[in-house]
Amino acid sequence: MSAYQPLKRPVITFPFLVLSVVALIGTYYLVQRFIHGMGPVTNINGGYAWGIWVVYDVVVGTALACGGYALAITVYVMNKGKYHPLIRPAILASLLGYGLGGIGAMIDMGRWWQFYNIFTPWHMNFNSVMLEVGLCVATYILVLCIEFAPAFLEKIGAKGAVKALNKVLFFFIALGVLLPTMHQSSLGSMLIAMGYKVHPLWQTLHLQPLLAILTALTMGFAVVVFEASFSSVGFRRPSETPILAGLGKAIMGLISVYLLVRFGEVIINGKLGLIFAGDLGSLMFLLETALFVFPLVVLMSEQRRGHGPLLLWASVSMLFAGALYRFNAFLITYDPGPGYSYFPSTPEIMVTAGMVALEIMAYLIIVKKFPVLHNAETA
Amino acid sequence: MKRRDFLKASLGGAALLGSGTAQSRGNLEPAEEAIGMLFDSTLCIGCKACVSKCKEVNGMPATPLEDETYWDAARDLSHETLNVIKVYQEGEASIKDAAENGYAFEKRSCMHCVDPGCVSVCPVTAMRRDPKTGIVTHHPDACIGCRTCMVGCPYNVPQFDYDNPFGEIHKCQMCNQQGVARIDQGEMTGCAEVCPTGATLFGSRKALLEEAKRRMTLKPGETYNYPRGDVREPESHHEKAVPAYQNHIWGEKEAGGTNVLHISSIPFEKLGMPPLEERSYASISETVQHTIYSYMALPAAALAGLTYIVRRNTEDEDGGES
Repeated sequence: MSAYQPLKRPVITFPFLVLSVVALIGTYYLVQRFIHGMGPVTNINGGYAWGIWVVYDVVVGTALACGGYALAITVYVMNKGKYHPLIRPAILASLLGYGLGGIGAMIDMGRWWQFYNIFTPWHMNFNSVMLEVGLCVATYILVLCIEFAPAFLEKIGAKGAVKALNKVLFFFIALGVLLPTMHQSSLGSMLIAMGYKVHPLWQTLHLQPLLAILTALTMGFAVVVFEASFSSVGFRRPSETPILAGLGKAIMGLISVYLLVRFGEVIINGKLGLIFAGDLGSLMFLLETALFVFPLVVLMSEQRRGHGPLLLWASVSMLFAGALYRFNAFLITYDPGPGYSYFPSTPEIMVTAGMVALEIMAYLIIVKKFPVLHNAETA
Repeated sequence: MKRRDFLKASLGGAALLGSGTAQSRGNLEPAEEAIGMLFDSTLCIGCKACVSKCKEVNGMPATPLEDETYWDAARDLSHETLNVIKVYQEGEASIKDAAENGYAFEKRSCMHCVDPGCVSVCPVTAMRRDPKTGIVTHHPDACIGCRTCMVGCPYNVPQFDYDNPFGEIHKCQMCNQQGVARIDQGEMTGCAEVCPTGATLFGSRKALLEEAKRRMTLKPGETYNYPRGDVREPESHHEKAVPAYQNHIWGEKEAGGTNVLHISSIPFEKLGMPPLEERSYASISETVQHTIYSYMALPAAALAGLTYIVRRNTEDEDGGES
């Protein structure tokens, strides 16, 4: 018998109804976008070609969906079997997060009906970082479907299929580690070509892929800690704090490396003064750094690491830190030159909120209908 | 044991990376027969005949200023304005071509980069540099509308038609797009043809660069015979006193250079030109990308290593349970 069980709770709850209202409002504006174009719905313009639909849904959203990636490295590459119970919910969250990223990219695509051109070899431009991101994210979504398939197959009782899949699953797990490494680093490389438009504190040219992969990993681990702590609070399940504390150690190491590279680059390239310039860029840099340092301080002591609520706050801070790093680089301090400004419109925000609501609703339905969460009593 | 395997695999990858041909790429070189334009800000009188002609050639409507429809009041590039004249004003704005208390006109249109960012970043090759003329062209039949060209252009030139549910990217294609093909037919660009003062000159990049360099050597106050139309065979000339040029030809070197060159008597940063260095961002981006993905060797090696490790680690446990 599988160690994973569907959560036996009703699907329709009050939070679920609230989420469905948000999703409905988002869907309304989404329909408007496809009827009237992006202009009437969004505030993107000639200078700010990318708004929150790209920067949140794709750039930040896929990093928040790196839990499956971070755990796959821990469990299958580093061979830490004790984290195994966390992997199925993490894979599900990754699948939904990347699904949101993929749908977000389609919504934002100005000529969406030609999206398949990215898959036709005679159109591919192998110099383009965007091509790498597009192909790699699309492939990874398929890999996540395969990785999550056992939960679905167990549910419908296809024992033979589960057995056959398990024989080849190792290859897809390996792919599932390689692909996010590739496209998450490429999301950073995209900033290189934007040149001077990216604020000097975030324009690190050759270091962009490294910083991007480090933030993807930290956010991946943080989101696992966050989801597990939150679902043990929200669903009133037994706490998994002792297991999560170990992941806290991994986060600590990653943040240390990240801060070293980040400040090393700033100091070597003589940009230290910009941190204290007192403008938007310096303010955002300090806020972002504080959000990175707080979890580091919390996690440094073993006592604090084992403390559930503190660990949860550390993970929240870490998520905001990584998200803010990407928001800052792509949007908040991004400056295409005089005459252009951007702040998302209400419909634009509602579309993104609606998509996130749909993602959470899907998560809630699936963990209640499919064997995803680990049966803590038998663990 | 397992950790050592992982290290071994990554070291193997690192070795491959080191031995792979370092594909560092410098800036691209100008096309052999690159054509372009030279915009001399000191000659521009702000009549905007070029703006009007551009819209006529490209079949785009004028942008009215409220009820005022005699003028094309376009203030910046857009999906229906591929060429615009902007005004620089400082203080009293009374002296032409003076940085202080002066005013000047500056043209904005595609610079037709020698090493175009838009071409480098486009995932589906919808932006192309013509191998012969160096013109940067756009192909809507390939375009998916991701707008990476817009963020990858240092001059914010490509513009998407956001108000159309089936919109597309619009940019200057030097009047040589299908159905217009003025260059192929031996004509010049619309904006250069109608310019009454020769502020916008047409020609080969080489000839235009020579002309620009010649103007740099002129003494302020001297009389110079300024050509109109095509710099190689001007249709007419006019004599005018030489202004005090900045010793700077914009587009000779900026980010790999451009086929549209600008000269002026006001520093370019004051005219709103972006802060560019000589190396193109496209060349840095492609160097990073092709170092990581050289012949897909590194990803292939990493996948082989990961597959080996994951297989061992899953077999160690309860028979490859997922």
